[in-house]
Amino acid sequence: MKKILTTGLFLMFAILGLNAQDGYKVGDKAADFKLKNIDGKMVSLFEFDKATKGAIVIFTCNHCPYAIAYEDRIIDLDKKFSKKGYPVIAVNPNDPEIQPKDSYENMIIRAKEKGFTFPYLLDETQEVYKIYGAKRTPHVYLLSKKENGFVVSYIGAIDDNYKDANAVEKAYLADAVLAVLDGKKPDPNFTKAIGCTIKDKNYKK
Amino acid sequence: MKLKLVIILSFLLLGITNVNSQDFKVYEGFDSFKPLLEKKDNKVYVINFWATWCRPCVKEMPAFNKLYEEYLDKNVEIILVSLDFGKNIQGRISDFKKRHAIKSKIIILDDPDSNSWINLVNQDWSGAIPATLIYNNTKRAFFEQEFEYEDLETELKKFL
Repeated sequence: MKKILTTGLFLMFAILGLNAQDGYKVGDKAADFKLKNIDGKMVSLFEFDKATKGAIVIFTCNHCPYAIAYEDRIIDLDKKFSKKGYPVIAVNPNDPEIQPKDSYENMIIRAKEKGFTFPYLLDETQEVYKIYGAKRTPHVYLLSKKENGFVVSYIGAIDDNYKDANAVEKAYLADAVLAVLDGKKPDPNFTKAIGCTIKDKNYKK
Repeated sequence: MKLKLVIILSFLLLGITNVNSQDFKVYEGFDSFKPLLEKKDNKVYVINFWATWCRPCVKEMPAFNKLYEEYLDKNVEIILVSLDFGKNIQGRISDFKKRHAIKSKIIILDDPDSNSWINLVNQDWSGAIPATLIYNNTKRAFFEQEFEYEDLETELKKFL
């Protein structure tokens, strides 16, 4: 009996462990996080007042050329959707010891230079990106507020052209937000994009 | 006077052709690039996706250089697929090649609609670089990771 219980518990933890490693899938409930913003204050997803209908959580950073290529587009997304209840929350998942350009101090500098209109948080313990399952920067999780909390509606890329915002044909993220605002399910609800690896000393694929 | 001008012009032209001869082939659109992932000859292909600014990619370059030296005459072909974008890509890659003494073939894949082709390289690829595909006419293996030489060689040997 004890053995069965132990095995059962072991299996349960193994499954939980696997899930944690794989991160979220569309339809999963998103966990809260509380991370330090560039103004020194802590920002929590669940307590973020602008997130009345949901949130656009973007794992991004300072150094990655793909992230840089999307900075202006991320600002535009926040300006467009924050007032509709879907603000951007940017999270830097990188270890500054590996990539000094992604240090907290440099995040403050970059946010000022670009005039970020949204929180830019540091995932200092690198736990949040693992729970979400972010694999690269930039990596987007669109969350929609339901009765039981925030649910993942879309995962993936911002659009289909990192090189040129004017040549975008499919604005995946913006379309996904418009869909959820309209009470519909985003299609596609999962996309991929080339990006930079997340800088983590303990990173294992 | 005219002669001098002709000479200067010829040198200028020569300079231009020299630069062009060092150009790396650009594959605009994944369709034109795809055949490189599907060769059915007797070689083993090691395809590495990288960019000049990508730190982990730069860190693993010596492993690919060593693999090139060690397996040059063993029917192995390494293709370094640059995903660089922005200004002066040819020049940047050319400098990088010199600085890191790269002898492997370098090409440029220019298809920003990466969602349309990442799964065609491998279903398990999240899109983060570096990433490496090893294949021959019977099997293939994909790695989303930064390689040390020993691990890279171990994986390659499974194909030899």
